[in-house]
Order: sequence, then structure tokens, then C-alpha cells
Amino acid sequence: MGLTNQSTGLSLLKQKFDIETDNKTVIALAGNPNTGKSTLFNALTGLNQHTGNWPGKTVTNAKGTFKYKGKEFLIVDLPGTYSLLANSTDEEVARDFICFGNPEITIVITDSTCLERNLNLVLQVMEITDKVIVCLNLMDEAKRKGLEIDVKKLEEKLGVPVIPTIAREEKGIGRLLETIYKMTNGEIKTNPFKLKYNEQIESTVKEIEKELVKILGSQFNTRWLALRLIDGDKAIINSIKDIITIKSSKGIGGKLYE
Amino acid sequence: MNNTPQKSYNKIEKLVNDKINNNPSFGDNIVTSIYQKAEKIAKDVVTVNDEKKVDWDKKVDKILTSKITGYPIMLILLGVVFWITIQGANYPSEVLASILFGIEGELTEFFISLNAPKWLHGLLVLGMYRTLAWVVSVMLPPMAIFFPLFTLMEDLGYLPRVAFNLDNLFRKAGAHGKQALTMSMGFGCNAAGIVACRIIDSPRERLIAIITNNYVPCNGRFPTLIAISMIFMGSLAASHFSSVFASLSVVSMILIGILVTLLVSKFLSKTFLKGVPSSFTLELPPYRKPQVGRILIRSLIDRTLFVLGRAVMVAAPAGAITWLVANITIGDVSILNHAASFLDPLGKLLGLDGFILMAFILGLPANEIVLPILIMSYMSQGAMLELDSLTALKNLLINNGWTWVTGLNFMLFSLLHFPCGTTLLTIRKETNSLKWPFFTFLITTATAVLVTFIINITTNLLGLV
Amino acid sequence: MELVSKSIPFVENEKKEVLLHNLPVGKKGRVRKLLNSGQKRRRLLDLGLIPNSIVKTELISPLGNPIAYNIRGSVIALRKEETRNVVVEIIDKGES
Repeated sequence: MGLTNQSTGLSLLKQKFDIETDNKTVIALAGNPNTGKSTLFNALTGLNQHTGNWPGKTVTNAKGTFKYKGKEFLIVDLPGTYSLLANSTDEEVARDFICFGNPEITIVITDSTCLERNLNLVLQVMEITDKVIVCLNLMDEAKRKGLEIDVKKLEEKLGVPVIPTIAREEKGIGRLLETIYKMTNGEIKTNPFKLKYNEQIESTVKEIEKELVKILGSQFNTRWLALRLIDGDKAIINSIKDIITIKSSKGIGGKLYE
Repeated sequence: MNNTPQKSYNKIEKLVNDKINNNPSFGDNIVTSIYQKAEKIAKDVVTVNDEKKVDWDKKVDKILTSKITGYPIMLILLGVVFWITIQGANYPSEVLASILFGIEGELTEFFISLNAPKWLHGLLVLGMYRTLAWVVSVMLPPMAIFFPLFTLMEDLGYLPRVAFNLDNLFRKAGAHGKQALTMSMGFGCNAAGIVACRIIDSPRERLIAIITNNYVPCNGRFPTLIAISMIFMGSLAASHFSSVFASLSVVSMILIGILVTLLVSKFLSKTFLKGVPSSFTLELPPYRKPQVGRILIRSLIDRTLFVLGRAVMVAAPAGAITWLVANITIGDVSILNHAASFLDPLGKLLGLDGFILMAFILGLPANEIVLPILIMSYMSQGAMLELDSLTALKNLLINNGWTWVTGLNFMLFSLLHFPCGTTLLTIRKETNSLKWPFFTFLITTATAVLVTFIINITTNLLGLV
Repeated sequence: MELVSKSIPFVENEKKEVLLHNLPVGKKGRVRKLLNSGQKRRRLLDLGLIPNSIVKTELISPLGNPIAYNIRGSVIALRKEETRNVVVEIIDKGES
């Protein structure tokens, strides 16, 4: 291919497309730190996992596989982060995978005892992708703290499936698997809530989006990219520059983004 | 050529620049809106039944991080962990040694029955197998005890509190508070500690943590530190207190290691790695009931067997090489002896001797074989040997001119000297450069030489020996 | 580019407004404003220290720095270098 893009976004993105999926359905697992993310990962994959590095990064990349009702899944454990906005390598890796790695489903695991903080990440993930499942983990601790969560209501507000779990005791895993399965089959459709910003931001986003579509086509979530641009996100700016370079040097671009 | 993308991009750039310059609060607004929405949803769906005060963990935190009890508890816990490791490892180590060295006898007979040439038996059995047997019997039991204990503290949530307690020291040294976490990991294995430095996001502070991780003694060096502690410090006390004394002296070695880490970190952030500390955020998660089964599996498979496997892989060839240099002679003297007498003047300057330095050099592949190589050199038997008791080892060392200063300097050199081969390779991988492993090699060796030199000179001048 | 964080000088005043690192242990405060800009400001916002959010000082480390705060349900330790950029209004007991 002869691409020598060192800049983070695209090289990551490019190699992400080379991820060996063996026709497995790719699932991303996101969540705040200390929410039981690795416990859930272990519960789903057992010993069928291996760790490596994200391409070009010293960030650990854990992948695992599991089978459910004859369907094979590849689950990618993303670094635990509070947010996908700031410029830490962990956050960059997580959000680039959700945006460019094209996972069929992104599971966001949350700590039920401090939902508010965790919903911040959920909302951010839902800005990038529609195919989200929220895991309400540590339900037992929430109960102990005297917290009661209206799961139905939360599901309605978010517009995506919400599954209460206690990953340590493997409770709720069955329901989670069933939901994953049904969602990849198209039996469950999501209608995720999209956050509206103030007038000024929204109108700027529209203007930028109009131009972005001309560069990127419709594969990517241009609204989210536009928001990141407004936010002054350097890594995204670089990725877009790279895409332009590739597109204007004939031939290669089309291949990479089809 | 299609110029549309470039044009569109320019348009976007102009748009963004105009808007952001006119309204720098766009970014703030985005973050704030998301949080506010999250807050609103959470309020709508969560009911607080009765504010059950689960504040026992707050009380625990108060004690673990208090001005008065914070540090003593850390030191006591550290001491207890080592004491359990030392005590617990003793017996299984002996059993393993007797089994493995028993097998050696049978291997020897097997070689004799095959009429195998003497050099082949020497190379494979006396060189390779013996080193392996030593490494396994000396390393496996302490690791199988230490790693689960360490993982337990990790699982309980104590380690972030350690980082919280120590952060101010690291801040003053221009380093990151999470360096304390990577250091604790280094107790198990420095290579593992260096991989753990990934949790530090700022490149500058991550490099500092990587370079200085070696000042934390790893499992490969503990047996050495423990053995010498028992001989020169433990024997100061009545026999049933000797393991307590040995633990204390190991703990003081660790404290020296931490002190050197802070000083070198400070030095680095003033010289080679200048810069201001980046922002530091550390979550103190609630204490959680540890999952004992998972701890055992994780620490035994992920850590113990992983480290042991690597140690075995380097120990086998290292054993063969050591046997070769001890048995190939030039003139009438083995290569090992030639090299040792060449290094002897330098060694003496550091309060050590040529054989000791040679043992450290030959021990580059794995720290745990330093002491066996040294014993082998002293006994001039041409193969590594397990001494059956510490008394025998003590006599051997004293016969070779060791004093308590030699013991102390040997421990210090072991604590501060260049990292093992695996660790250097890991540094190369993690920094993606040859420069940093090389730099680490230089700076650690320089510290070791400097410290032992100063101690040797001072004790000589004061006439303490 | 905005790596250098500019700080606006702030004098603690009568309106019970203090800088976050001076909020006593066990006290709650409502975030009024952030005094810095650029990356460092962004980090604070990302942690959930947005205007009007409630923080509580939980623990002071043995050497006085860092200090741990309850921010939106998580206990997070921050160095004074960061928290002296956060203005909070002390909330009296009774209010919440």
C-alpha cells in the first residue's frame, strides 16, 4: 500500500481494518475504570483471550472470543476511561476503535453506584455509534447502598438496551448474551438518544458536516467528527488531513475506505 | 486530481478557526452539556431509598492514609508480606531442591551409562540443568507466595492508597504519583513493572518511571538479598528471630531503593527529562471483597508461570555459558578466573572483588543466578552448586575475604546495578528505541558503582572494617 | 498548542468562595468557576468539575498533597496544582 502515515488516527484506523476477525462478529467493551470491566470480559470469554498491543501504541489490547447459539463473537476490551474527549492515549484508542473500528456492538459497562458519572461515558459513546448496550454492573453494591434504579425508565431515556448485571457472580450474563445475539440479528433495534447542544454549536456542526461528507462520504459519523473539530481535537484533525492526502493521491483511497 | 476534499478541508478549517476564536467556550459547552444530561437522567432513574451509611471504608481510608498511621501501616504490611514470603518459601524450596538435585544424580548416571563424553555431561547437566534446578527451586516458591499476596492487595484496592500516600514525594521529584504503583509491580518482576508504566500517560514521567523501576528489587534478586541478609544481619539475632531480622534488613534495602528512585527521578527531571509534572488524577476505588479463586489463577498463571517461564528460558543458556567459561582454560587458568583477576582491582575499589563483578556480568540474563555463579567461582568446582546450609555459605564467603561491608555492598550492588536482559529488552520494546535501555544500563550501573564506592571509602576511612 | 495554562488571579472572598484545595475535609462545595484554560482546564471539566457540580473533600494524604475529593460518586485524588484553579462555594450543613 505504501502508506507511511505515522499520525495516530489514520494509522490506527488503517490497521484496525486489518483486524483478523475470521468472520466473527466484533464487539467493543467500553467503561469507566473500576466498574468490573475485566471481570465481565473474563466472564464472557473465559480463557479464550489474548493480549497484545494496539498498533503503534503502548496500550494493552485484550481480545477474546466466545460462542453463543452457534454464532462466533470477537470482543475487544477497550481501555477504561471516564470520557472519550480528552487527549490521553487510552481515550484516543477507545474512541478511535468505536468510531473507525466499526464494531457491530459497543457494550458500555457502568457502575450502578455512581450512575451519573458513568452515564457521561454512555452518552459520549452513543454520540459515536447507535449500536450500544448498557450494562448496569455492581447491582448488588448499589442495593447495599440503598439505591434503586428504574431500569425500564433508563432504557426508555437512552433508547438502547440496559442490562443489570453482577459480573462477579456471573449474574445477568445470560440476558446480556441474548441481547447481543438479538441485536446482531436485527431482532432488537435501538433508537439512541442524541444530545442536542446550543444553537450556535448545532449550526456550526451542520455547516462542518456538509463539508465533511464531501471528504469522507457517509461511512463515518460526520456529526461526531464535526463536534470533535469544534472541540479542537488535534488527533481527529490529523486523521482527516491524512484521508485527504490519500484521497487526492489517486486510487488508494477508494480501496481503503470501501 | 480531485481537489474537492482539499477545498472542503480548507473551508472546515476556516469555519472552525472563526468559530473557536470567536467563542472559546465551545469545548466547555460540549463537556458541560453531556455531564448535565447525565446528571439529569441519573436523577430521574435512581431513587435513594434510605441513605444507608456504608462508611466503614471511609474509616478504613482515614486510618490507611492518616498522617500518623499511613506510613507505618505501609511499612508493616510490606514487612509482613516479605516475612510470609521468606518463611513460607523456605520449606518448599528445600523440598524442590532435593527433588531436582536428586534428578541430577540420575541424569548423571544416565549419561555415564550412555558413555557420553565428559564435556557433554558438564555442559548439559552441570551447566544447564543445575542452573535450571537452582532457578526453579529458589524462585518458584517465593513467587508463588508473593504474587498472590500482591494481587490480593491489588484486588482489595490498597495499592491506589499507597500511590495516594506517596504522591507528594514523587511530585517533588518531578515524577508521577502512579510511579508508586509501577514500582510495587516491580517487586514481582521489573519487566512486568516496566510494562505497567503504561498507566502513566505523560511520556516524560513514564520514561522516568521506566528508567528507575530497576531500583526496586525483583523476585530474582530477593533470594540473594535474603540469603546475604540472613548471613550478615540475621545472625546478629537469636535463631528464631533471624527471619525477622532478615526481613527488616530486606525492608531497609527496599527503602534505600525507594530513596534512590526518588533522587534519580529528581535528577532526571532536572537534566535529561526536563519538564513540569503533568496533571495527576488517581481514583481511590471503594474496597471490594477479593475474589480469592481468581486471584490465585491470575497471579499463578499470568504472573508466576509467566515470569518463571522467562527465567527458565534465559537461565538454561546462561548456565551452559557459565559452565563453559569456568571450564575452558587458557594457559592453566579458566576464562572465568582470567576475567575475575582482570576485574579484581575495580571490585576491590567498590568493596567487592573480581569474582563478584564477574558473577553480576554473567548474571545479566537473570539476576537469580548471580549468587550461584559466585558460589561456583569461589569453590572452583567448575559447576554451580547448592550449598546445603547458610552456615556453609557463610564460611565460604568469609574464607574468600568477605566482611560485613562486602555483604552490604553486595546487596547494594544487586539492588542498584544494571537490569537483567529481559528487563532491558522490555525497555526497548516499551520505548521503541535503543537509546533508553542503553541509558538505563548506564545510569543504574553508575549509581551502583558510586554508592558502593562511597560506602567502601567511608568505612575504610572510619576504620569500621 | 494551548499547552501553557493561563491562570486568572483569584482572591478568596466573603461569599464563602474558596479555592478547592482549601475546602476543609468533610465539607461540600459547589463549583463556581475554573480559573485556568487549555488542556488543564479541559481535564478538570472531563473529571466532572463543571460549574454547579458538588464536590466533597474526602481525604488529605499524609504529606498534605494530593487531596481526594468525591466528584460525582467517585473518590478522585488531585494535586493542589490542579485544584487551586477551581473556585467553589462552601455549602453549609443542612443544605445539600
